[in-house]
Amino acid sequence: MRLTTGGTPSKSFRRPVVGKVSREALREGERADRILVIDRIPAHVGELAGYSGFLTTAKVERQRSPVPTISSVHEIDHLRTNDIVAMEPNNGFIRTLYRPDSNHNVIFATHRCNSNCLMCSQPPQDRDDAAASAERNLQLIRLIDKPPARLVITGGEPTLLGERLLTIIAALRDKFPETYLHMLTNGRIFAWPAFTARLAEVKHPDFVLGIPLYSDDSTIHDYVVQAQGAFDQTVIGLHQLARYGLRVEIRVVLHAVTVPRLAQLAEYIYRNLTFAEHIALMGLENIGYTPRNMAKLWVDPHDYQDQLEEAVELLSTRGMNVSIYNHQLCVLRRSLWKFARKSISDWKNIYIEECASCGVREHCGGFFKWATKIHSSHIHSLSPMLNEDLMHVGSNHKPAQITDS
Amino acid sequence: MARVFYPIESYSASQVGYRLLPFRFLRLDDDNELLVNEVGEFVIAPSGTAQILVRKQLTRGSDVYSTLKAKQFIADDSSSPLLDLLATKYRTKYSFIEGFTKLHIFVVTLRCDHSCHYCQVSRQTADKNTYDMSFETAEKSVSLMMKSPARHITLELQGGEPLLAFDVIRHIVPLAKRRAKLLDKDLDIVVTTNLANATDDMLFYLRDENIKISTSLDGPAFIHNANRPRPGNNSYELTIQNIERARKILGPGRVAALMTTTQLSLEHPREIIDEYVRQGFHSIFLRPISPYGFAVKTKKRTGYQLDAFMDFYRTGLDYILQINREGYGLAEVYAKILLTKILTPYGTGFVDLQSPAGAGINVLVYNYDGDVYATDESRMLAEMGDHTFRLGNVRTHTHRDIFTGDAFLNLVSASCNQSLAGCSDCALQPYCGSDPVFNHATQGDVFGHRPTSEFCQRNMGIIKHLFGLISNQDPEIMRICFAWIQNSSLHEISKAGPS
Repeated sequence: MRLTTGGTPSKSFRRPVVGKVSREALREGERADRILVIDRIPAHVGELAGYSGFLTTAKVERQRSPVPTISSVHEIDHLRTNDIVAMEPNNGFIRTLYRPDSNHNVIFATHRCNSNCLMCSQPPQDRDDAAASAERNLQLIRLIDKPPARLVITGGEPTLLGERLLTIIAALRDKFPETYLHMLTNGRIFAWPAFTARLAEVKHPDFVLGIPLYSDDSTIHDYVVQAQGAFDQTVIGLHQLARYGLRVEIRVVLHAVTVPRLAQLAEYIYRNLTFAEHIALMGLENIGYTPRNMAKLWVDPHDYQDQLEEAVELLSTRGMNVSIYNHQLCVLRRSLWKFARKSISDWKNIYIEECASCGVREHCGGFFKWATKIHSSHIHSLSPMLNEDLMHVGSNHKPAQITDS
Repeated sequence: MARVFYPIESYSASQVGYRLLPFRFLRLDDDNELLVNEVGEFVIAPSGTAQILVRKQLTRGSDVYSTLKAKQFIADDSSSPLLDLLATKYRTKYSFIEGFTKLHIFVVTLRCDHSCHYCQVSRQTADKNTYDMSFETAEKSVSLMMKSPARHITLELQGGEPLLAFDVIRHIVPLAKRRAKLLDKDLDIVVTTNLANATDDMLFYLRDENIKISTSLDGPAFIHNANRPRPGNNSYELTIQNIERARKILGPGRVAALMTTTQLSLEHPREIIDEYVRQGFHSIFLRPISPYGFAVKTKKRTGYQLDAFMDFYRTGLDYILQINREGYGLAEVYAKILLTKILTPYGTGFVDLQSPAGAGINVLVYNYDGDVYATDESRMLAEMGDHTFRLGNVRTHTHRDIFTGDAFLNLVSASCNQSLAGCSDCALQPYCGSDPVFNHATQGDVFGHRPTSEFCQRNMGIIKHLFGLISNQDPEIMRICFAWIQNSSLHEISKAGPS
């Protein structure tokens, strides 16, 4: 599934535009906040009056466009009426920000991050985009019509937006109080009680923070996130959040650095972070920084089933709500199937050749689309199973929502 | 943007060495020692580990180093010692102290139809006036109980046989409920009865008032009837019939049973446990006999050696675990309490095994004559003429008088095992308790002498036995332990293992 495309920006177009796609021409009164997307050039420039922007696959010959325009767009088939997109003036980049029919929409808060994880799937960029990001996201929230079931705030590290982040969460609270809101954050900033208190004051009615913890040993955690002192800040931050009644989920990415002490980490979470309402043990995503650190990180999921089973057993017998994300059923031990979730967002979820003949494919979460380069060498198709066997897949009580990254 | 990644060495401590945080240790067996931190987190390690640890010879980067750092036995400069975290865990462990006295035992009469050998206090008489709690004393007792700062209060109605004084119960219950509502307190009511005199009307009353029943079942007929003589020698048959009837009227979850261990019981742990399973109970409490009251006087008949009790307990616990393995959920209550302390971040407010001791702080006994005692055992001592733990009387003492009086202060001076000789440096201190009343009764002073203390030997024996079970790391045993801890059936515990 495609979420980005691009073309040639027109000269008159200076500031980024966020608007809602229309694949058909609209009457003049209905064009506000709309971006017209067609495969031709209107016969008369007046036909573009009132739109926020114009995208076309056709080539525009040096004429002045009355609205921000990107022409010679490579691909528009994925753009559907009511999708919300951002048009970039400098490079002609067109990013889909929101798809009303998807359950995997995100608020992308910022590119910046104060950590630099070895396996970051979305490597940070060191430029101050706070003001622009906040503006873009507030515009996005204004344009969403139908309340989504769920939204995820991600980045970068969203808390680097500071007060602007609180404004975004407050806007979501006011417009979509019924929407489950999940925020992926390293949690370090919550070591400062003042900010935690401010977040709690927003009183979003259905809000969970997903926070990674990679080891019970501070040295290993700090190494994974490449930041001295991060472990202390995250653990203190988690306690501050709990103190203010904010809900948290712990997220652990499984790789060669985190797997050896996985059971000890599970015990640490139970003893120190008992208040966590969900623990997600997640497969490695081969994108971003991961490929370049693969030598340090790779372990075939088939080879860590013992550690995974021990950690899951430890947490689940202690009444903790634990899930396994991003793993294929054919590499997971059968005892773990009930903890497996179909966790990968629709736009990056694939199945590979071996899956074609698999009898349990519809119960399996499949792969990230970048898994084609490297995945477990034990992937194989399974024969169809009786319903009673399959009933157990994901049958352990489910978290309210699943978010992969 | 090209980013640089630094090796793990960049994130470990820059200074050589580490600091010790508070912990205690003991030898578990020939090969292993047990190290326990201030909040009850533990490490079972090969013998010699404690010595290496305190000599600062642990190798940085080794697994045991990481574990001891993560469990806050040591701190180095790679991380702050996270003392706030330790404080939070300490607070959690001791949250049972919050609210002060929660369990309030009312002795509504001393009269009883049974004449159990081990019973300390009951009287076989029809004289209502002398041995029943008067309405006036009952009202004053309720007033005193409501002075407790606890938000959640349990009122236990016992005797003697409390159903023989049902008019007193009917006087206390609505009064206590009214006062609780007024003061916004939650009130649980339990009646401890042998059920022999329970009419249907009484049971309907208990049902309507949402009162739970705790009854006595000592085992199969030959044990129960031997332990609990009554006219007709039919205590067992009556008990079983009445449990059945009480369950029908109140619901199965509202009727619990307790057993008392005697010399005879010691020889029959399996038969006793089988009886509990046969009667459909899902918990059993393998209790040691108390050294009070008639139990002391008839020591020849019911007294027994600690070793014999330990054998009984271990055999019983093994058998109970086997029953659980076979699919019937049956918790041993004492093990459940200890396992909660050992395996979870939580504490338990079990008044017989906590520090500070439950006496007075978490439990108060209101005798039929208005005297207030720190524990049920204190009242039994008083029946034998020793009034050391009589804290006051509801007619003459206020809440403040009671908790600032000499009797109470004497008691609390020995209430914390954190500061008792022989306890303060014991690795099992966070799991154990102190019992100044027991110390006084058996050793002549509230502080006691640990090397000769039966309380110490028994609890150390049981706790070490449980650590033996835990150290085997049998996933099935751990599932059973956590099913007990969480009051859940084995099926509810998500089982990673072939389902």
